[in-house]
Amino acid sequence: MGNITAWERVELARQLERPKALDYIEHIFDEFIELHGDRNFADDKAIIGGIATLEGIPVTVIGEQKGKNAKENIERNFGMPNPEGYRKALRLMKQAEKFHRPIITFIDTPGAYPGMGAEERGQGEAIAKNIMEMSQLKVPIICIVIGEGSSGGALAIAVGDKITMLENAIYSILSPEGFASILYKDASKAKEAAQNMKITAQDLKKLGVIDDIIKEPKGGAQEDFEKVIKDLKQYILKNIKQLQKCTKEKLLQQRYEKFRKI
Amino acid sequence: MIIDKVKKVNEKEEKRIKNEKAADMMIGKWVKCDKCKEIIYKEELHQNLSVCPNCGKHFRLSARRRIKQIVDEGTFQEIGKEITTNDPLHFEGYLKKIEGLKEKTKIEEAVQCGICEIEGERAVLAVMDGNFLMGSMGYAVGERITLSIETAIQNKLPLVIFCVSGGARMQEGIISLMQMAKTSAAIAKLKEAGLFYLSILTDPTTGGVTASFASLGDIILAEPKALIGFAGPRVIEQTIKQKLPEGFQSAEFLLEHGFIDKIVERKDMKATIAKLIRLHQ
Repeated sequence: MGNITAWERVELARQLERPKALDYIEHIFDEFIELHGDRNFADDKAIIGGIATLEGIPVTVIGEQKGKNAKENIERNFGMPNPEGYRKALRLMKQAEKFHRPIITFIDTPGAYPGMGAEERGQGEAIAKNIMEMSQLKVPIICIVIGEGSSGGALAIAVGDKITMLENAIYSILSPEGFASILYKDASKAKEAAQNMKITAQDLKKLGVIDDIIKEPKGGAQEDFEKVIKDLKQYILKNIKQLQKCTKEKLLQQRYEKFRKI
Repeated sequence: MIIDKVKKVNEKEEKRIKNEKAADMMIGKWVKCDKCKEIIYKEELHQNLSVCPNCGKHFRLSARRRIKQIVDEGTFQEIGKEITTNDPLHFEGYLKKIEGLKEKTKIEEAVQCGICEIEGERAVLAVMDGNFLMGSMGYAVGERITLSIETAIQNKLPLVIFCVSGGARMQEGIISLMQMAKTSAAIAKLKEAGLFYLSILTDPTTGGVTASFASLGDIILAEPKALIGFAGPRVIEQTIKQKLPEGFQSAEFLLEHGFIDKIVERKDMKATIAKLIRLHQ
């Protein structure tokens, strides 16, 4: 997919019919068991997580889950996690470390939820802690942006050894609409903002923020989902095997350097 | 009758004083406290650590004034001054804006860092400055903070950061977001080295700074009434479509909800920092 604008990618990344985290988890892995709750407050349905196997290797998977229709989206809070979602993710990631399981995260969120409850329960602290802890987890972490990766809400599950994007996914500091309303004082200039913000996989690879891009068929991942699944599965498997060869010290050193140089 | 006359004289006098004050304000000797509306003589305000003598409101401080209030005179050795703003997105007008700010604020970026002594205790200190693009964090701020953390690790020194920030710097896009990961990963190393990190939140501390190093202190202090949060109040109000209650996201609110350790008035800040450093030796 060559000549498509940044804004067109924003639209592709947000399509309702675009595959969501659960679609990837169910098709790439076997024996997925979803685990719930942060053991403090609640179970956040905007973040899912659990244990699965990949060609026999036990792994922990985490994903930000959007809905595919209005009803699902209301249930999933449009993929906007509350602090308990990030705390659930951290609990599962710490568990993965204890049992030496690699972690795979799927990023797809318009951002962390800006609600009253989220602030009361420490949204900032929850995100900060995840970022800090992920930088030190002694197991391989592969982070894949599958749709919309927006703001600290995305980064909170996106610190890892490989940061990868689907070809039409976007990853940004905030939505193009938000950016336009702050910097151009006009939310309707979102298209222009999308172009200038450098949020496409291609731009981010050039900037050195991500490692790899997974190709998508014309029209988006849903057009040939089997092919995307196959490529992604191969990609994850290859990288897990490679990362598992590293000593824990080297793994953490490389992860530190990865963000240190930006 | 007499009372009426006295009243009139008083009114006249008040008017005269008001006019005089207005004239002085024109030449910038006076400021109005936006909390209690009292007109304060600037010199008096500065002598009172930029705290309103009438209502106790803590005015925002430049990094320069903050350093002067906290650091033992003549001990501040700046680090990271060579790290300056870059323009990773080639964002139109950005570097020009930075140049203008440098001229206006006489500082190079939104944080100043150094090694210093506080009541004789050596420490690495980073002080953010809200006058520089709302203390937003882009590459230069993230890099200076990270350098400060690494300097603390290398020299086995405690780290103190005064936070004030509107969040990540929009003009540097994703690079700003990545500064959250860089600084937080460095804080993880500092913790691993067993060193003390004191985070102090001042008005306002929000967005990407709240969601990274600001929230990661071993101990977190805040100034009275400081606004502290992840999402800004306006964004929350737009989302929930109602007005936020008075005091939502204030330091007092965070204390009540368990997210900060203590609220410290400015007059007690230096002594409190020194005491905490001593307790961690």
